[in-house]
Amino acid sequence: MNAGTLALGEVEASAAPELPSRARWGLGILRRLAVRALSVAVFVGLWQAASATRTHFIINFAHVPAPTEVAQAAVEFLESPKTPRHLLDSVRRVLVGFGLAALTAIPLGLIIGRSRLMEDVLLTPLEILRPIPGVAWIPLAILMFPAAEQSMIFICCLGALFPILLGTIHGVEALDRRLVHAAQTLGANTWAIFREVVLPGALPSIMTGLVIGMGTCWFLVVTAEMISGRFGIGYFTWESYTMQKYPDIIVGMLVIGLLGMLSSAVVRWLGSRLTPWLRHTSSR
Amino acid sequence: MSRGAIELRDVNLTFGTGRNAVTALQNLSLSLRPGEFLSILGPSGCGKSSLISTIAGFQPPQAGELRVDGEPVRGPGSDRGVVFQQPALFPWKTVRENVEFGLKFRGVPKGERRQAVDDILHKVGLSEFARHYPGQLSGGMQQRVGLARVLVNRPRVMLMDEPFSALDAQTRLMMQELLLEVWAEYRMTVLFVTHDVDEAVYLGSRVAVLTRRPGRLKALFDVDLPRPRGVDVLVSPEFMKLKRNCLALVREETLGALGRDFKPVQAARVYREVFLAENADAAV
Repeated sequence: MNAGTLALGEVEASAAPELPSRARWGLGILRRLAVRALSVAVFVGLWQAASATRTHFIINFAHVPAPTEVAQAAVEFLESPKTPRHLLDSVRRVLVGFGLAALTAIPLGLIIGRSRLMEDVLLTPLEILRPIPGVAWIPLAILMFPAAEQSMIFICCLGALFPILLGTIHGVEALDRRLVHAAQTLGANTWAIFREVVLPGALPSIMTGLVIGMGTCWFLVVTAEMISGRFGIGYFTWESYTMQKYPDIIVGMLVIGLLGMLSSAVVRWLGSRLTPWLRHTSSR
Repeated sequence: MSRGAIELRDVNLTFGTGRNAVTALQNLSLSLRPGEFLSILGPSGCGKSSLISTIAGFQPPQAGELRVDGEPVRGPGSDRGVVFQQPALFPWKTVRENVEFGLKFRGVPKGERRQAVDDILHKVGLSEFARHYPGQLSGGMQQRVGLARVLVNRPRVMLMDEPFSALDAQTRLMMQELLLEVWAEYRMTVLFVTHDVDEAVYLGSRVAVLTRRPGRLKALFDVDLPRPRGVDVLVSPEFMKLKRNCLALVREETLGALGRDFKPVQAARVYREVFLAENADAAV
């Protein structure tokens, strides 16, 4: 294996000078993809070996299902009629929770960032609530909301709220004051400055908050579902544990990981569409 | 019609309070005739920029009168365009959108806006860059956008805060010529702050020299060089005479700002190192 990668490197190195830059760029991408695929393969191979030999060194692999068993369980999971419901329920909770968080946190952050009074009024209570982990909210959430569904969405929303809020506040406060001055001398009123200067100026930082918030949303939806769900990928994972279907636990975990990664990628993509000037500036 | 007359009477401007208070301007009286080009010259930190902030409406004076065309200044407005030391363009707006910004808030219809932006971009030689983002342009080009963004509003007064000081010597000379050209055409009142003696004399119809902080008026004299002024003015005997006069006045203030204990030899060294270094570009 080692010799193989080395040889590949040599071939590229000798071919590189004659290739046009575009092709060389393509080769670079291919090479990185190959390294990534290889790393996943090695990782899965080690896991398979550890389960097959029932390795017990610090971590006990005796009860950890092997990748082959997990693959089998994954096929069954995909064929199961309950699967779409599990996926849809989790995705819906995340989207609703995330959406509510964004709709609350962005305006709140813009106001706190712009007004000292609002900062004094709002920031202290929010700072006290912020360190409380989502899990700690679960009992209260169950008491506060009549339906389990609402409490799960609430937990999810809380998780995304603070990263988005902090990202927004930071973005507004880091805004170059000269830009606000420039807008004023060009005749923009307070509302126009908010819309045309403060919001786009804070946008890169808001997008960072959204990407982080999407991640927290996923791990909180799973926690919430484990406690009070009927459907959902978190519920599926927990149910598999209580029913001792160990390969399903790992299927559940992997699905959560994949969905989380995918949704963060979507948010990141949206972010780069909304901030075209950053792309142009860095490509210069 | 007299448009663009600025009247300052006994203006005092202080930043901070108590022991930290810094007096930027003290009993400053100055009047600008409509359509005149006044250069403001002074040592670093003498309150030149504060003067701009006050007239622009960012910093109301604590005492004294400040009127533009007889009207007391109440906050920033598009009748007084400001060109900043750094161009302060909106990075998320294209060149066209940046220049269009002021027109939008004056309710100029879309078609008219387009035409006006096209005209002004043509004037500053940036027609081909209308769809670029500021981050894709050089410093000189960005400053031309900053100039266009103000000119398009046809302001009565243009306040310029060392606008060319960050540019290299060649670009600066081009910008100075461009500025004289548009001023000859638009005839707005220009208040041009600089620490560069050559620049002040080359551009201005009058030059006002401010004292070291707190800024008071030290000298005010006419520049009787014929217009239009070509680059050859820069080496004419009349120009040299005015320049020598200015240099002496500014030098006095710069030395004074450094303290009274300077021995002549030391003072000469400080003059060379501090003052000439500050104006190194002008010496090219």
